[in-house]
Amino acid sequence: MAQVMLRAPLSELCGGRLHAIAGATVGEVLVALEREHPPISGWVLDERGRIREHVNVFVNGIHGEERTPVAPDDRVHVLPAITGG
Amino acid sequence: MTELLVGTKKGLFRLEGDASSGFEVTARAFAGQSVEYAMRDARTGRYLASVTSWFYGPRIWITDDPTGEWEQAKGTVLPGDDEVDPAAEFSGDPADAYKGALERLWVIVPGEEDGVLYAGGDPGPLFESRDSGLTWSLNRGLWDHPTRPDWHPGAGGLCLHTIVTWPGDPSKLLVAISAVGVWLTDDGGASWRHSNEGIVLRYLPEEARAATAEKPQHCVHNVRRAPERPERLFMQFHDGIYRSDDAGATWVDVGTDKGLPSDFGFPIAVDPADPDSAYVIPLIGAEDRTTPGGTVQVWETRDAGDSWRPRGDGLPERDAYLTILREAFDTKGQGEALELYFGSTSGEVFGSQDAGASWAQVGDHLPPIYSVRTA
Repeated sequence: MAQVMLRAPLSELCGGRLHAIAGATVGEVLVALEREHPPISGWVLDERGRIREHVNVFVNGIHGEERTPVAPDDRVHVLPAITGG
Repeated sequence: MTELLVGTKKGLFRLEGDASSGFEVTARAFAGQSVEYAMRDARTGRYLASVTSWFYGPRIWITDDPTGEWEQAKGTVLPGDDEVDPAAEFSGDPADAYKGALERLWVIVPGEEDGVLYAGGDPGPLFESRDSGLTWSLNRGLWDHPTRPDWHPGAGGLCLHTIVTWPGDPSKLLVAISAVGVWLTDDGGASWRHSNEGIVLRYLPEEARAATAEKPQHCVHNVRRAPERPERLFMQFHDGIYRSDDAGATWVDVGTDKGLPSDFGFPIAVDPADPDSAYVIPLIGAEDRTTPGGTVQVWETRDAGDSWRPRGDGLPERDAYLTILREAFDTKGQGEALELYFGSTSGEVFGSQDAGASWAQVGDHLPPIYSVRTA
């Protein structure tokens, strides 16, 4: 399983920073993450299943997209982009 | 004591006070997040706020105590069925139309039945709740309307921003979308028809206006109903002020050559006791969108738009270039005791407790204000 690391407020809504989540791609991991933690349903992925514009996902430190492969024990960071006003 | 819920770019602020003691901030929530709209449902006492996280998207939150915990409402999501390339030629099938993800929720309005609320947003969805705001569902009649592929957004997005109920009759509803126009239903939202007859689209070439009868491009800014005479409506349009005396079937211009400094503006308000009344806040538009000449004035009609007069005593008279957005103007009470409040994108809140005769600044130094609602 991938090791998904979250920051606030996602970590607060999911009950912790670190979560073991199954999935072969970033998209699958995030779908499973939201399914296992209903309070963040729709927070990371929009209705189309796309990563929200101002959310960044990294796999082992490399920027990832929905189709990026994820191997067991990969580290997946989900964090807000450095954007905003 | 009056309670004001002020939605801002950096959270929700509750102001409480009155003319004699002044107002103060008594609660803040959603720090750092955009609160497009917040209201208190007088039927339940429940507070509802539409909040958009820059990172994690829009949703509705509810609470019975704005100083305490807020609960996420469920169901304000779109079908996610827009896998068609938005740049591709439209197939003609509404199911293929580009529908996008939910961008914002701009307004929440109590319905006429117990527990019913409506919410509107961008890109043009109407949501309905039948359990006082806990869960919501998308109105498919409007969402799947066959004209939707021809809908185009205004400068603020494809926002469904105005929802007007008919007192005592839940089957009738008026909504307005920028820049699409007015939509009416008489069957509780199962079917919808656009209703923009009489509105002149001065922002389009004359030869292009006829086509808008079937493909509406009407940039409605706000609509309010006169509750004592519900077939009467007042509209602040993109460049005009209109009145309808037939429940929105047709519209007549009541803003041209009436002495108003501009017929552009966003909000419009009415005195519930007087169906001939309406209040607007003119802005130089659309290229500027600030108060004309640096003078802040609310303009009032008491003869259904035949004449208008400024009601600005106590408002800034010079060097004040304010922008007042669509939902940032609200009323409380009626008649001579009518209270009026509005907020600006520069963070000021102004109020009148004598139907607009005199004004005072009741809030200052807030973040840019999106909405003001009395509670």
